[in-house]
Amino acid sequence: MAGKTLNLTLRVWRQKGPKDQGGFVDLQAKNVSEDASFLEMLDAVNEELVSKGDEPIAFDHDCREGICGACGFVIDGEAHGPMKSTTVCQLHMRNFTDGATLTIEPFRAQAFPVIKDLMVNRSAMDRIISAGGYISQNAGNAVDANAILVPKADADEAMSSATCIQCGACVAACKNASAALFTSAKISHMALLPQGQVERKERALRMVAAMDAEGFGACTTTGACEAACPKDIQLTNISRMNREFLVANATKREKHSDGGAG
Amino acid sequence: MANKLDSKIPSGSIEDKWTKSKFDYKLVNPANKRKHSIIVVGTGLAGASAAASLGELGYKVKAFCVHESPRRAHSVAAQGGINAAKNYQNDGDSTYRLFYDTVKGGDFRAREANVYRLAEVSANIIDQMVAQGVPFAREYGGTLANRSFGGAQVSRTFYARGQTGQQLLLGAYSEMMRQVDAGTVELRTRREMLDLVIVDGKARGIIVRNLITGEIESHEADAVVIASGGYSNVFFLSTNAMACAVTAAWKAHKRGAYFANPCYTQIHPTCIPVHGENQSKLTLMSESLRNDGRVWVPKAVGDKRHPNDIPENERDYYLERVYPSFGNLAPRDVASRQAKYRCDEGRGVNESGKAVYLDFADSIKRLGEDKISERYGNLFEMYEKITGQNPYKQPMMIYPAPHYTMGGLWVDYNLESTIPGLFVAGEANFSDHGANRLGASALMQGLADGYFVLPYTLGNYLGSTKLEKVSITNDAFKAAEHGVKQEISKLMNIKGNRTVDSFHKELGNIMWEYCGMGRNEEGLKKALQEIPKLREEFWQNVRIPGDANYLNVELEKAGRVADFMELGELMCRDALERKESCGGHFREEYQVDGEAKRDDANFCHVAAWEYTGENKASVRHTEELKFENVHLATRSYK
Repeated sequence: MAGKTLNLTLRVWRQKGPKDQGGFVDLQAKNVSEDASFLEMLDAVNEELVSKGDEPIAFDHDCREGICGACGFVIDGEAHGPMKSTTVCQLHMRNFTDGATLTIEPFRAQAFPVIKDLMVNRSAMDRIISAGGYISQNAGNAVDANAILVPKADADEAMSSATCIQCGACVAACKNASAALFTSAKISHMALLPQGQVERKERALRMVAAMDAEGFGACTTTGACEAACPKDIQLTNISRMNREFLVANATKREKHSDGGAG
Repeated sequence: MANKLDSKIPSGSIEDKWTKSKFDYKLVNPANKRKHSIIVVGTGLAGASAAASLGELGYKVKAFCVHESPRRAHSVAAQGGINAAKNYQNDGDSTYRLFYDTVKGGDFRAREANVYRLAEVSANIIDQMVAQGVPFAREYGGTLANRSFGGAQVSRTFYARGQTGQQLLLGAYSEMMRQVDAGTVELRTRREMLDLVIVDGKARGIIVRNLITGEIESHEADAVVIASGGYSNVFFLSTNAMACAVTAAWKAHKRGAYFANPCYTQIHPTCIPVHGENQSKLTLMSESLRNDGRVWVPKAVGDKRHPNDIPENERDYYLERVYPSFGNLAPRDVASRQAKYRCDEGRGVNESGKAVYLDFADSIKRLGEDKISERYGNLFEMYEKITGQNPYKQPMMIYPAPHYTMGGLWVDYNLESTIPGLFVAGEANFSDHGANRLGASALMQGLADGYFVLPYTLGNYLGSTKLEKVSITNDAFKAAEHGVKQEISKLMNIKGNRTVDSFHKELGNIMWEYCGMGRNEEGLKKALQEIPKLREEFWQNVRIPGDANYLNVELEKAGRVADFMELGELMCRDALERKESCGGHFREEYQVDGEAKRDDANFCHVAAWEYTGENKASVRHTEELKFENVHLATRSYK
């Protein structure tokens, strides 16, 4: 599969640390194989930088199979680059033209502070999950898996919402830096399954509150998130989240203290 | 020194061992549980499920991972599925059959008692994961769907599209995050374990580097669990994620934990072939594809025609030909070797000649494109993105690649290593797969260890061991911290001319060439000369820019490569000593008609290596394996 090669100019965001000002630096990527992935192209640029004693461009990445959600930055204004439904690790150089100049910068959002160069801190998303993105099921005594039937259509739709890889592209693409697509995908996944019913309302209330507390912006339904999502998470999840939240909020009951019998 | 390898296999019949153990184990009363602290290193399936269940029980758990979020652990990338002996398909499955298949599939180099327990809890794993919202594939009537997988003749594999690992990990991760919210689990992300601390002969803590600030931290606990995954990245090109390393396990090994069967590495038959010099990793195509894909090469040597132009009678469907009863579902080691043979005969495809076809044309004709797309759509898309070819229109090209490591830290039946208080779970331990791992059994083992084994065995340790209070001001912590800092400053001060990756690639080439799909005495001896030379050059000539006091990716990689160099050498030594072929360990001198020739008279044992100091030869200990239920027999899939 040895094919053509490309020469590119990269305008890369370099920032030493969270408190550093940061700015663009021009770098050359020469003789890039069109079969290489975007990250392999950056690896080659980094090898050259390191050989010269310079620091390599820092970027998050791990599985390089489009599934772990670690990678992600903005290429020419688009989160994960120009290909639809594609993470940056699965973006291949055959999709670029020889001689092009590419601008590469980190996901930008108040809730995602830059750690270094293209690397940002997305732990706010973990905190949204710990606010309710689970079903409380202690290990060891679950009923038989087939004891509760789940219609295939519901299981499939829950699965589609569950494919979110928590990469944060939706936040970066949104002009308000809203995390609505991410949060709604998790709320939908569980609201669609019978196992998720007991905590359904509490989950919606808590996760939405956590999302707001982390400093993510409000959703104004522009759809930029859906367009940038590498896993095709649908905007309908946001409608579902809004409905779940409204119902939960409208029917909220006062908490009673948990006193036990003697 | 006395042999420490007491496997602690409980007495009694194989069916009763686990039940009996659970009753015999010491309990810790609920009020005392919160007085005990446990460290869990790694948050993949084994680590996250262990942290979640130990937290639920009330222990104080600290969980560590190198990633920015625990949900990025490499378990996430497993595609095909997870086995469980549910017999939902009424096709004759049972705990005993899953046990039997796994022992046989592992080429009789696994421990029977562990494998039986794995098969026994497999059904609970599915119940547990479904209850916590994992959206497994379902039939129209609402019941769970199953498919078959390599090495099995029943349909016992549960799956969630082509992302079973992702969904299972999300399940375990969310349960762990629930405990984070409840305050029982404290999560420390972007931390790499760089040493194990031992006080009074027991594992009492770890030293980690904060990957953002460069700070070296000490953490103490009453017990330590390592669940840090496998070491296939020793080959540089593998299907493992970039951060997969042996470091946590290796540091524990250097502190006295024996390392078992390091030469057992699995070469997975269905990966996208290598395309060029700058390639950073290999991508797996799920084994489930072999349910509907047929593997073939042209019959004629050097046939360079487009695959669609090669007529049926000029194709060699070699797996169906050689293994008529298992066909395309032959186990991984067998299928990988057959691909290698065909390529060695000059019948490989792709420009490199290092690929075979995986063809879906028949299945598309039989089931329709929609059905195939429903089953494997995301894998087909992934293939097309990487190769630029449409697998609906022409066959995929695949080639074997390093994928999983069956070796790992030695553990007894309780998953405890040779260091008291150090437990090892999932791929990081050696215990359940033998010399070969059947498909869909890694996810099963990770979750079994974390959800259903450690909660009992760790409790037994804590309930039956007298533990003095230790704090991180203890001398052992100070000394370990000092050692870690010294190693970092040693690496930073080399200021040589070669990049870390260039060393890693060179090591990977040596390993693939001499300790890969086929090994022989001459090659292994050659590797044992080349690796020490490379290691010496590394310590004199590696270049790490920047400084150690903040995020430094090159420094992280350098530490991992330094450990891979030492491990690589041990793998070659282990492979050299094991003068037989079994499963993923194929010594070319020991074969019959291209099939592995085991030597049960001399090698029916686990080889566990003891570290004896820098530049000193490791000592090989053995644990005899007894097969009382599944009788030793030659594996045949014909």
